[in-house]
Amino acid sequence: MSTLSAAPRTDTGRTRALRHVFSVILREPLSLISTIVIILFILIAIFALQVAPYPLQGLGKTNAAESLQPPSTEHWFGTDKLGRDVLSRVIVGARPALIVPILVVFFAVLIGAPMGALAGYKGGWLDEVIMRITDLFLAFPSLLLAMAIASALGRGLDKAALALIVSWWPWYTRIARGVAVGLRERYFVEAAQAVGVSDVVIILRHILPNTISPILVQATVDMGTVILAMGGLAFLGLGTQPPLPDWGLMVSEGRQYILDQWWIATFPGLAIFIIVLAFNLLGDTLRDIFDPRQYK
Amino acid sequence: MHKLEFVLRRIGTSVFVLIGVTVITFLIARVVPSNPAELYIGPKARQADIDRVTKQLGLDQPLPVQYAVYMKELLHGDLGTSISTKRPITRELADRIPATLELLFAGMCIAVLFGVPLGILSARWQGRPTDISVRIIAIAGVSMPAFFLGLILQIVFFRNLHLLPLAGRVDADLRFSHPLTLITHFILLDSLLTGNWITFKDSVYHLILPAVTLAAYPMGLVARMTRAAMLETLEQDYIRTARAYGIKDRIIIYLYALKNAINPTLTVIGLTFAFALTGTFFVEIIFNWPGLGLFTVRSLLNVDYPAIMGMTLFGAVGYVLINLVVDLLQAWIDPRISLN
Repeated sequence: MSTLSAAPRTDTGRTRALRHVFSVILREPLSLISTIVIILFILIAIFALQVAPYPLQGLGKTNAAESLQPPSTEHWFGTDKLGRDVLSRVIVGARPALIVPILVVFFAVLIGAPMGALAGYKGGWLDEVIMRITDLFLAFPSLLLAMAIASALGRGLDKAALALIVSWWPWYTRIARGVAVGLRERYFVEAAQAVGVSDVVIILRHILPNTISPILVQATVDMGTVILAMGGLAFLGLGTQPPLPDWGLMVSEGRQYILDQWWIATFPGLAIFIIVLAFNLLGDTLRDIFDPRQYK
Repeated sequence: MHKLEFVLRRIGTSVFVLIGVTVITFLIARVVPSNPAELYIGPKARQADIDRVTKQLGLDQPLPVQYAVYMKELLHGDLGTSISTKRPITRELADRIPATLELLFAGMCIAVLFGVPLGILSARWQGRPTDISVRIIAIAGVSMPAFFLGLILQIVFFRNLHLLPLAGRVDADLRFSHPLTLITHFILLDSLLTGNWITFKDSVYHLILPAVTLAAYPMGLVARMTRAAMLETLEQDYIRTARAYGIKDRIIIYLYALKNAINPTLTVIGLTFAFALTGTFFVEIIFNWPGLGLFTVRSLLNVDYPAIMGMTLFGAVGYVLINLVVDLLQAWIDPRISLN
């Protein structure tokens, strides 16, 4: 805890915690590498069309003359059945495979956290109703629920994303509720109530901000799982539709060539593995930092 | 008395959750799609068919009435008819359960048999190279998409090393040369019971790759959970006392600490069932394993809506029941739980 005591006293609690997080991440080589990998992948995804060597093939333009070529200096990751550059497709495919899961977690938090804060702060029947509803959603294996909803909505990336949001929000409701229950009896909340601050303002100003750090940790830990789930839906044909690329879909398309043209499925598969690994390593470190058992 | 009360209350909660699960599945099946009748007939639906199904499913009735009809059919064990096979979905599922259970069971065994010892080792040598390597293995396990790991294993063990078969549950030729008498429909068990050694050996070979693929994720989770639970237990007073008495480390870890650390691990095993169940979807399609997962994925590809909904309900009910069993088992092992 040397970092904590070394921090200047004028720091507020939140910036001090943030500093602590950064110092640990910088000190641990694995989390540092993970953070760099995550930032790199996100940048590549954002600037996909500028970075990809063959952006049009990345978007689906066929090039039959160069069908099924092994990796070479021309095509680092080889080409697929339709002659498209696999590297370009992996880069363009990072958008649905990586950016969309980040948005999914963001919206799941946006729906889930306020519900949990409301349930925990208000208590009573409202708490009971909200928490029983989350119980029902959590009674399903998440991916199974997402699959069912996605197939009910019809195929497409937007529908798969919506299905994942619907399956994931209850997790954040639970966490936010846990924090809110603990805060309800605290003096600063009671003081706010006493001077007549409205419930909405108390939840927005005093409850929700305190749920941010546990939810941020959980969201990082969850990112890997959501990327895997999104990859799974894409693999099953429920996400991105061809000719657009998506890592899960590319593994599915390359599956029939796996024994001879291994590169088609291997590179997008590796991409999923690496980014999920990076998020999980970072999540692990964050969880260690925020685990109250560490402060003894 | 406390214990009985706990058991009854826990069963009561499960019944409530099960009813809720049918409501959610009902809503997904009937309310979410823009035209459920069309989904129930499949692509190229004619207006006459749509009208017929609308009548048959009661889609023109108010929702509560529809739900009542849906529940009545459910309680009669009727999940509807598959569009692609034209057979009752309950039959389709029942036929495929043994294959999936065989795979699930093998996968979970591998996950526990490797995960628990790895977790213990990791906790015992906390911060040492052993610990670090175990943590990396565990995190790699939970980061690997099953549909990718399966392909890699096929490349390595089938194409490169020629050690294991590519896919399937048993070699097709054996069906003629060494026909198997089916008793339980679990090929491993049946071949063992009837002394059909060739089939037994062949089905074990076929099971290895899919089971390992399925096991990677739960193994990672189990190892991480065991490690965390062990570390927490090892810090408790009774362990310190045992240490002070000079009891050997090995006895402390395997006899005293493990007993108390096993409970959180059990919870995770219940949880991993969910991952393993959805994991079978990917493993079964990669390894052409004729179980529930392959059926579900084919239903997804054929837009066989009744089959997808049947499987969703079946999976959720299975998950609720497994969690119930795990909770009761925990209360039985650790009396402190039922007293809370």
